[in-house]
Amino acid sequence: MLNDFDRIYKNLYGQMDWRLESARARGDWEGTAEILAKGRDVIVEEVKASGMRGRGGAGFPTGLKWSFMPKQSDGRPSYLVVNADESEPGTCKDRDIIRHEPHKLIEGCLIAGFAMGANTGFIYIRGEYYNEAQRLQAAIDEAYAAGLLGKNAAGSGFDFELVLHRGAGAYICGEESAMLESLEGKKGMPRMKPPFPAAMGLYGCPTTVNNVETIAGVPTILRRGAAWFSALGRPKNSGTKIFCISGHVNNPCNVEEELGVPLKDLIEKHAGGVRGGWDNLQAIIPGGASAPVLNKEMCDTQLMDFDSLAAVKSMMGSGAIIVMDKSTDVVKAIWRLSKFFKHESCGQCTPCREGTGWMMRMMDRVVQNKASLADIGLLEQVTTQVAGHTICAFGEAASWPIQGMMRAFRPMVEQRTIDYQPPPAIPQAAE
Amino acid sequence: MAKVTVDGIEVEIANGSTVLQAAEAAGVEIPRFCYHERLSVAGNCRMCLVEIEKMPPRPQASCALPVSDGMVVHTDTEMVRKARRGVMEFLLINHPLDCPICDQGGECDLQDEAVSYGRDDSRYDEGKRAVAQLDWGPLVKTTMTRCIHCTRCIRFSTEVAGVSELGATARGESMQVGTYIQKALSSELSGNIIDLCPVGALTSKPYAFTARPWELRKTDSVDVLDAVGTNIRVDARGAEVLRILPRMNDDVNEEWLGDKSRFAVDGLKRRRLDRPWVRENGKLRAASWEEAFAAIAGRMKAVTPDRLGAITGDQCDVESMLALKEFFAALGSQNLDCRQDGAVFDASRRSFYLFNTTIAGIEEADALLIIGSNPRHEAPVLNARIRKRWLAGGFAAALIGTAHDLTYPAEQIGVGPDAITALLDGTHAFSATLEAAKAPMIILGAGVLARPDGAAIHAAAWQLALKYNMLSAEWHGFNVLHHAAARTGALDIGFLPGEGGKATSQMLQDGVDVLWLQGADELDVAAIGAKTFVIYQGHHGDAGAARADVILPGSAYTEKDGTYVSTEGRVQSGFLAVKAPGDAREDWRIIRALSAYMGHALPYDSLQDMRAHLAATYPLFAPANAFRRFAGTDTAAPAGDVSAMSDAPFVPVFETYYQTDAVSRASPTMAACIAAHAPVVAEAAE
Repeated sequence: MLNDFDRIYKNLYGQMDWRLESARARGDWEGTAEILAKGRDVIVEEVKASGMRGRGGAGFPTGLKWSFMPKQSDGRPSYLVVNADESEPGTCKDRDIIRHEPHKLIEGCLIAGFAMGANTGFIYIRGEYYNEAQRLQAAIDEAYAAGLLGKNAAGSGFDFELVLHRGAGAYICGEESAMLESLEGKKGMPRMKPPFPAAMGLYGCPTTVNNVETIAGVPTILRRGAAWFSALGRPKNSGTKIFCISGHVNNPCNVEEELGVPLKDLIEKHAGGVRGGWDNLQAIIPGGASAPVLNKEMCDTQLMDFDSLAAVKSMMGSGAIIVMDKSTDVVKAIWRLSKFFKHESCGQCTPCREGTGWMMRMMDRVVQNKASLADIGLLEQVTTQVAGHTICAFGEAASWPIQGMMRAFRPMVEQRTIDYQPPPAIPQAAE
Repeated sequence: MAKVTVDGIEVEIANGSTVLQAAEAAGVEIPRFCYHERLSVAGNCRMCLVEIEKMPPRPQASCALPVSDGMVVHTDTEMVRKARRGVMEFLLINHPLDCPICDQGGECDLQDEAVSYGRDDSRYDEGKRAVAQLDWGPLVKTTMTRCIHCTRCIRFSTEVAGVSELGATARGESMQVGTYIQKALSSELSGNIIDLCPVGALTSKPYAFTARPWELRKTDSVDVLDAVGTNIRVDARGAEVLRILPRMNDDVNEEWLGDKSRFAVDGLKRRRLDRPWVRENGKLRAASWEEAFAAIAGRMKAVTPDRLGAITGDQCDVESMLALKEFFAALGSQNLDCRQDGAVFDASRRSFYLFNTTIAGIEEADALLIIGSNPRHEAPVLNARIRKRWLAGGFAAALIGTAHDLTYPAEQIGVGPDAITALLDGTHAFSATLEAAKAPMIILGAGVLARPDGAAIHAAAWQLALKYNMLSAEWHGFNVLHHAAARTGALDIGFLPGEGGKATSQMLQDGVDVLWLQGADELDVAAIGAKTFVIYQGHHGDAGAARADVILPGSAYTEKDGTYVSTEGRVQSGFLAVKAPGDAREDWRIIRALSAYMGHALPYDSLQDMRAHLAATYPLFAPANAFRRFAGTDTAAPAGDVSAMSDAPFVPVFETYYQTDAVSRASPTMAACIAAHAPVVAEAAE
C-alpha cells in the first residue's frame, strides 16, 4: 500500500483548502523558478527518467512526447493543451484534482509549457464540469494575481499565459485532435495523423496534449526526483495513479495508489470490498467504459498497471474501475456502453458512424433475447470491421467492450440465444 | 522525389504526395468516395485503405498518408480486400436499395464499387436510418437517405465556391449534411456538388427522372452563357438537349461550371424560332425561307449601302459573324458593330481587350484591382479561380465599384473613376499595395466600356497597368473581363465600324434604314428608329425578334459547329449536339444562302471551306496557332482621353446572375432561381 508521504495528491479528498495559500503549505509552487532554471532539456530528461506514462488512457511516455516538440521555433508558437475533458464513463479523477488540487495542475502547466517552449497553455475542460471550471478559473486568477502566471511567471523569467476553455460536452472532444478542432471553434472531429500535433496541432502550430493527471504530477516528480517516482510501481509502469472505483463496492472512492497494485487489494482495502463480499463479484471493467470487461477469475489475480492489463487484452485506460456484482446483467451493462458509443460517435468516418449503430442494435436484440447464435457471430465480426479502420481510436473504444464481453462472458451471451426461436419465414408473393 | 512501390510497380513521385497519388502514378486504381483532387483531404470514407509494409499491421487510408522513400504499398491483399468489403458493407447498411429509381444510377461511384466490394446479400437486419428530406432550392435535388457523408459538397461549397452554407449537423449516425436552416443554395457554382456527390444524394432537380446516362449522346462543346469559355459536355437524347456538364480543362474551368450555364439548358427548347417570320401590316406571320429572303432582298436593294447596318449579339459563333461581315462588305456597307451595349473603345490591338493574364495566370498574381465588375456574376468560374489564388495566401484584392460579396475579401476602395485618378496620382491607400506587388493585375469589367466615358476609363486603366509595372516581358496584368461569349471573337475578326461606318448607337435612332440583328437582344430595341427595317437572325423569340420585320431562325450553340474565342483569347470549338428545331438553320449557312440569293455569293460552301477561309484571313484561328499568353512588352496605350472620365459611379452589368441572355430568360429553371432568391415582400395586416 502506498505510504502517505509518497502521495502526490495530499488533498485529493478536499479536507484542506484548495486555495493558493493552502496549496503552498502542501509544497506547491515551492521553488518553481529553480526547477525552470534547470533548463527545458533537463526537465524533459527528468520526466523521461521518471517513467511517467500518460494518465489519460493510452499510456504514452510523457517525456518522450514532450521531446517531439521543436527545440527551435520556425516562427510558429508552440502550445500546451491540457485535456480536462474527462468524459470516459466511470472516470472522475481529474474532477477531484481540479476541485481540490488546482494549483498542482496550474504549476504543472507552467513547467510543461516551459519544457516544450510553449508560452501559452489551454486547459480544455468538459462543459459539464461547471463548478470545477469556476474553481479552476478562480485558482488561475489567484496564480495570475500572485505573479505565478503571466509575464515572468513565478519569477522564472519565462512568460506563460494559461487559458481555461469550456467544452460543450462531447465525448469525442477528449480525443486529442478533436479537442484541437474544438478549441479552434470547429466541430469536434478527430484529425488524421500524420501530421501529429507535435508538428501541426492547434492552429497549425506544434502542440502537445496531456491529461490533467499527467501534468499535475509533474511538479512533484521534479521536486522529489525521477528516482523516487520510478521506484514506485512496477518496471515500465512506474509511479502512482489515481483509481476511480465505482459500482458495487461498499465505499466508492478515488484513491491514489502505486501502479501494479493488485485489483483485489485496491477494492478490498480502499473501496470497502465488493458488496456482499469478493465472492459476490461478477465482473470488473478496469479502465473506463472502453476497457474490455474482466470476469471474476481474471480479477482474482489481476495487477493494475498498463502492461499487466494489456496482457489480458484489457487496458488501464483512465483507471476507472467499474465493479459489478452478481446482481448485474453484464450483457445489458455492455449494451448500455454500446448505446453510449453510438451516441458519441462523431460521425466522420464510415466504420464508426455506421458500425456503432449496428452494434448497438444487435446488442439490443441480445439483451432482449432476440438474437440467434449466428447474430452473435455477426456482432463479433462487425466489431472487428470497425476496430482498426477508423481515423481515431474511437472505433476500438466502441468495439472493445463487446469483444471483451465475448471473451469473458461468452457462455452467458450464448445462453441468451438458446431459447430463441427465430420467427418462421412467411412466404410472400410478388406485389 | 520518393521511390514508392505499388503492387510491385516502382514509381518516383514528389515528396509530400500521398500514397493514393503514387498508386495513380503507378496506374493502380484505388476506390474512393470522399477524396477529390481539387478539395481538401477528409479521409472519412475509409474506402481507399491499403496495406503498407513496415507500418502497424492495420490498413492505412491512402488518400491522407504522405509517401516516404522506399515505401512498399499493397492494394490487393486479403487485409485490404477485407477492409474495403467491411467499409462497403457499412456504407450500404443505411443506404436505400432504390437504384432503380435513383438518377445517379449508371454513373454512381457507390454502385460501381459495390460490384467489386459489395456482398450479394445484406447481413443487416435492423431498421435503417430515417432522415428528413431537405429543400436546397430549384437546382439541387436532395435524397438524404442516400447520403454517405463523404462531405465533398460541404468542402466544395466552403473551399471552392466560398459560400459557407453547407455543413454537417448532429453527430454519429444522426449526422446530417444540410444548410442548417432551410434555404436555397446561393452559390453560382452550386450545381457542381451534383457532379461531386459520389452517390445519388444530390442530383439535378430539373433533370430528375429524365434519362439514364447510357441513353445519352455526349458531345463536346463550349459554354457561351458567359465569356470564360468553359468546356462543357452536352448530353442529348433524340432532338433534345437534356443536360450540360463541365469537361475538365485545367487552364480554363478546371472541372467547374456555373449554374446558369448548367441549368439554363431547358431554355433551349422554349421560345424557339423554328421558322421564318415576316411582318405584314404590323403583324408577324409565318413564312417560308423564300418569302423571307425576298422581303429582305427587296428592302436591302432599295436603300444605299450606307443605310444598311448589322449588330451581332453575345452568343454568336465566329463563323456566322464572319459570314455576316463579309456579306455586308459585299453589299458595300461599313456599318458593323459587335458591341451591342454601345461600347466604344480602342480595339486596335488584341491585348487591349483580352484577359491577358489568362485564367490560369491568375494563380501567379499577388494583387488584384477590379474596376467596375462583379466577376462572381459575370464569370463565376473565373471568380472561383481568384478565390483559389486568395486561399493560397499572399494576395490582396480591391474593388472599385459596387460592393459585392466576391467570396474573397476585396476592399472597396472607391465607387467611380475618381478612385482610378487617385491611384494614378499615387495618392490612394491601395497604391502602396500595388507598388509592392510583384505580379499585380487589373480586371476591367466590360460593362465599364459601355459607359459614355468608357474609352477614357479603358485608357486610364492601361495607364494604371503601366504605372504599377503590370506590363513586362514576363507578365501582362491588364485584363478586360467580358461577359459576352461572342465579343472577343467578333473583335478579333474586326466586326467593328469600318471607314466612316456607324457604331451601334448611331445605327439606332434612324441611323440606318435596314438593321440586321444577329442574335442581338441586349440592346434597347425601343431606340431603333420607327422606320428602320429590322432583320432578326437568331434562335430565341426575345427582344430582338419582337421588334423584327423579318425573322430568320438560327441555331443555338448546341445546334451548330461553332468557334468561340473566350475572354482570355482562347479559340475553342463546340460541336453540333442536336439539330436546330424546325426550319432553323446554322447561322452562317443562312447568310451564305442569302448572299447567293442577292447575287453576292460568299466564297465558301462547306464548314471546311468556311474554316479554311477564316484561318487564312485571321491566322489566329488556324489550328496550328495554339493559345499563348501575351507578354506585356508592347506598352503603347489605347486611344482615349484619361481626363474625360466622369465621376459617375460604376453600376453592375447584371442585376441578377440567373437571367442575362435569351436562353436563360427562356429557362423556367432560371426563373425559379430568381423567385427562390427574391427578397421576401413584407405585408402588413389589412
